[in-house]
Amino acid sequence: MAKESIRDAYGQTLLELGRKNKNIVVMDADLAKSTQTIVFGKEFSERFIDIGLSEQDMVSTAAGISLTGKTVFASSFCVFLAGRVYDQVRQSVCYNNVDVKLIGTHYGLGVGEDGSTHQALEDIALMRTLPNMRIITPADATETSRVIEYVAGHFGPFFVRLTRGKLDKIYDQHYQFKFGEASILRPGKDIALFAIGAMVEKTMEAALLLEKESIDAAVINMSTIKPLDKKTTLEFAQSTRGIISIEDHSVFGGLGSSIAEFLSQVYPTKMKIIGVENQFGRSGTAERLYEYYGLTPDRIVFEAKKILQNS
Amino acid sequence: MTNNDSSSRLEDIARKIRIQVIKIIAEAGSGHPGGSLSIAEILSYLYFQAMNIDPKNPQKPDRDRFVLSKGHAAPALYSALALRGFFPEKELLSLRKIDSILQGHPHRLDTPGVEASTGSLGQGLSMAWGMALGIKLSGIPAYVYCIIGDGESQEGQIWEAAMTAGFRKMDNLCVFLDYNNLQIDGKVSDIKDITPIREKWEAFRWKVLEIDGHNLEQIKESINTFKSETDRPTLIIANTIKGKGVSFMENNVDFHGKAPTREEMEIALEELKNG
Repeated sequence: MAKESIRDAYGQTLLELGRKNKNIVVMDADLAKSTQTIVFGKEFSERFIDIGLSEQDMVSTAAGISLTGKTVFASSFCVFLAGRVYDQVRQSVCYNNVDVKLIGTHYGLGVGEDGSTHQALEDIALMRTLPNMRIITPADATETSRVIEYVAGHFGPFFVRLTRGKLDKIYDQHYQFKFGEASILRPGKDIALFAIGAMVEKTMEAALLLEKESIDAAVINMSTIKPLDKKTTLEFAQSTRGIISIEDHSVFGGLGSSIAEFLSQVYPTKMKIIGVENQFGRSGTAERLYEYYGLTPDRIVFEAKKILQNS
Repeated sequence: MTNNDSSSRLEDIARKIRIQVIKIIAEAGSGHPGGSLSIAEILSYLYFQAMNIDPKNPQKPDRDRFVLSKGHAAPALYSALALRGFFPEKELLSLRKIDSILQGHPHRLDTPGVEASTGSLGQGLSMAWGMALGIKLSGIPAYVYCIIGDGESQEGQIWEAAMTAGFRKMDNLCVFLDYNNLQIDGKVSDIKDITPIREKWEAFRWKVLEIDGHNLEQIKESINTFKSETDRPTLIIANTIKGKGVSFMENNVDFHGKAPTREEMEIALEELKNG
């Protein structure tokens, strides 16, 4: 299957938005070539601020620029944008409720060889607790473009989480992103697999493996993590025998936690949260890391069968 | 109006700001009187002389903007805003109470006239220079003013922002450093000395002026100098006295974040009325 670059889709979409909307300002902190904001920067040097290695200043400044009526995109790696500058995101962006879009790239184990210092496994957990913040993780290049267009057109803070690597093409060009609505990629009556971002393609693979063993697994792309699509979540909790969540993130505070927090209060459901278990990442290729930490189709199959055997 | 008239009018407003600061912090039972009293003249000059603002149209696009980066001095900002007519003065007594429009630290979504929510130190300067850039990009010839604290100058973000704004030649940005040399745990010069100040900011490509922060004539001159400056932001080192105007609060670190008792309030108000 064709793989497409998520970051290229981001850079290209920003450029197109910049051509249409003169009110968009883009910021980066010396990672413009990595995040691909450089594409916008080359054409709109006046509206592009590479602030250098000053992430705190970048995020508060983004708030200040936005307070004059601009829409500001600020990018860095997720580990810095959500972790290093958590307080600036909290106070300058969310408390002020300004039109700032934090577009983080290089989340989780997908970072690969740079190792743990650059692998954000806590960013969803951190961002999710902030009032006014909304979180989206697109699952392919097309969805990335639609998501970037969506956040540009809707006021207020967003955190968009983009993976470093290329991902399978899932959606065709007619795909319409619906904010706050899960995208059901595959129906299924036995078990529901909820995945985000780079884990969606692996989950699709897992569903095919399960099919060979006559297990009918639904696959749901939960690209909007906050607010959670409660309706779809509840429907699958009721119509299947269990739920598995899969994310390139800590098992604490991410997608799985969101689902569990909701279901445990309205419809307690057998669940398995697949993610990184209370550990830091390490160096290695992304694929080897996914194997090392158990974020693979085989693991999903194993956990699915375990839930079904016990239910 | 002659200079003297204007000066005495602004002095009177500074005194009114101080009176409100004492009253409302006493009423709230908590708050930061010391650092509020030290910026009364600066706020008086900005809100009643320098800034192009309209309390009836607080969001007008070509307005000058003010960011209180040392957000704990909110009582002084609220008093200036109320006296200027952004909201009724009677609201001031609700400071820090549930349902009040006046949070313990400034919140722009609650209080008319507050441009940015501040309180976590260091962030206000970044927001201020961001505003300065935003209005420049929009071609609006307005100014952005900001007050930072001396203790706040120990925050790394202050220096990130100072480096960026200097490098980017934000000549529509004017920052006052409220240099009262006291922070919660003691003297700034004992805890982590921030001197040499002038040399630091000049090295970061700022125009640096130094004034008596309680002298309205000097405040006026420094703002005039700022307005004539091109290609550089301006830092005004305002030498101030923490707790200025109330004898037992002056240079007394205990009143950084402590409300006066009812009795202390009466003495303070008496001093301010006679002062």
